[in-house]
Amino acid sequence: MIKTVTRIDLPVDEELSILKNRVSSGEGPRVSVVTGTHGDELEGQAVCFEVNRRIGEHPEYLRGTVDLYPALNPLGIDSITRGIPGFDLDMNRIFPGAEDGVMTETIAARIVNDIRGSDVCVDIHASNIFLREIPQIRINTVTADTLVPLAMYMNVDFIWIHAASTVLESTLAYALNSVGTPCLVAEMGVGMRITPEYTRQLADGIFCLMRKLGAWTGPVIEPRAPIVSADGKVSFLNAGASGIFLPQVEHTRRVLPGDRIGDIVDPLTGKVSERVYSPCAGMVFTLREYPVVDEGSLIARILEV
Amino acid sequence: MEKKTVFQLKSLYRDALRVTGFTFGSGEKSACVVGALRGNEVQQLYTCSQLVKALKEIEAQGKLVPGKSVLVVPCVNSASMNIRKRFWPTDNTDINRMFPGYSLGETTQRIAAGLFEEIKDYKNGIQFASFYVPGVFVPHVRIMKTGWENAEKAKEFGLPYILLRQPRPYDTTTLNYNWQVWESDAFSVYAGTTDTIDRNDVTLAVNAVLNFLRKENIITGTRHIHEGYISEVIDEGDLMNIQSHTSGIIDAFLSPGANVARGQTLAQVLDPYDGSVREQLTAPTDGVIFFAQEDPLTYAGSCVYKLIR
Repeated sequence: MIKTVTRIDLPVDEELSILKNRVSSGEGPRVSVVTGTHGDELEGQAVCFEVNRRIGEHPEYLRGTVDLYPALNPLGIDSITRGIPGFDLDMNRIFPGAEDGVMTETIAARIVNDIRGSDVCVDIHASNIFLREIPQIRINTVTADTLVPLAMYMNVDFIWIHAASTVLESTLAYALNSVGTPCLVAEMGVGMRITPEYTRQLADGIFCLMRKLGAWTGPVIEPRAPIVSADGKVSFLNAGASGIFLPQVEHTRRVLPGDRIGDIVDPLTGKVSERVYSPCAGMVFTLREYPVVDEGSLIARILEV
Repeated sequence: MEKKTVFQLKSLYRDALRVTGFTFGSGEKSACVVGALRGNEVQQLYTCSQLVKALKEIEAQGKLVPGKSVLVVPCVNSASMNIRKRFWPTDNTDINRMFPGYSLGETTQRIAAGLFEEIKDYKNGIQFASFYVPGVFVPHVRIMKTGWENAEKAKEFGLPYILLRQPRPYDTTTLNYNWQVWESDAFSVYAGTTDTIDRNDVTLAVNAVLNFLRKENIITGTRHIHEGYISEVIDEGDLMNIQSHTSGIIDAFLSPGANVARGQTLAQVLDPYDGSVREQLTAPTDGVIFFAQEDPLTYAGSCVYKLIR
């Protein structure tokens, strides 16, 4: 059943509605799948569709409720804008919002209020247009004890436990975890694109988690065993020069110290401005997708294994 | 005066980003003034240019106190300003959310780090700041309540108000906050607009900084300028937001600084098609308009005014 989470009038003849699809078999756990906070991250669109489709195909396996929120930022998705258009604002920096705040804060508060009480929430992100990410769950250290056991069912390759940051206290996940609703942040793929193999992989993981919680009785795969890492095992490679990045490795490939990750070149002079090498042995779980780089642009992240 | 490049970042096809600083005097790092961190802060850039002009004159008259120095950095983000963009041209990140910066990190972290390395040791840090909502404030000095804030010293600017702000999580990466953490007394000066130039407020802001420098014994005098106001210290929590509850065209009647009486009509929200009144906003209390938004379209919940109760 399509439900309205919140509806607000825009200035000129348009209503802004945040919608969800509630699929329910009655009593049982409640699982929320949310995406579309950043309007340029589209991987979650295909995951929402796939979860919807599989439940629709076998409603007899559902024990409980699945709430699907495909577009927390509908204005952004429909206008190819990462933030909230008109406000130049990153929606994932305004949570938990405020009911009596400005429009964006009101929307944020109503979203949190609507998801609150779920047994688990999966918040799907898709990096940005610059970087390609392996399917992973990101967890703040302060919530690791609660969330890592749940994340193990998500069929991702990697669970990244990262340091707490005050800036991240404004995210949806932080807001939900703060009110006792476990929220897993999934990152995968690249902005403005959909990666079909990742769609299937994460959708499989969501059903594994549902089964673990007792919300799904149908067959599921055996979730893959992810590498669980803390911050110390991730190497960041940033561009030392501006230019065009030409990768020399494939995303997800294992590399050794000194292996070439790629070149930053200058098309005007025909010279290589910088060769980028791996400082360690590990897996390239983040790789630059957008070719134009400034000095400092992230080129890759390598998980030391 | 010494003009120097504080930080430089090469681009692929564009000219390099050069962050330029103007140093007056030498010796103790007494005060640093930073202008535009965002590409649309034209008022803040222009204010800095007028401050540089005034300080050149003061230096020529021998009115800089020996053994003290002032650094003015008019613009940190000319790359965005030249293409009329508020945030960083490629990844749309905000330099004022990157402090103290990281010299090996992402591009805007490097810019923040390069700037902060040069300015972090100044005794007083002054930033000409802007607000993310289009609108105008009563001229004021804003200070974060970090535990190290110095409201008494802020009175030396002689602006009408000093606003104390309880930092939110995202404030911890701003220049003002990090200056305080590094033990500078940090002040954000809000005067006038952002995208356009308001000359009266430019003069007010320049005079405020010159008054501050004089009272801090960094300069001995200026041309005759207004001494400034006896500042009133207010807490951000004392401000009352006057919000619209409907969306439409906003017809706002009052400017910052106006006195209002309880029950007075402050604005109307109009139907954008037929002009009928959707909502009247009235003053719930007596007060002074501290902020007035300037966007002609309003969204339900938008803060149209901030009122000092």
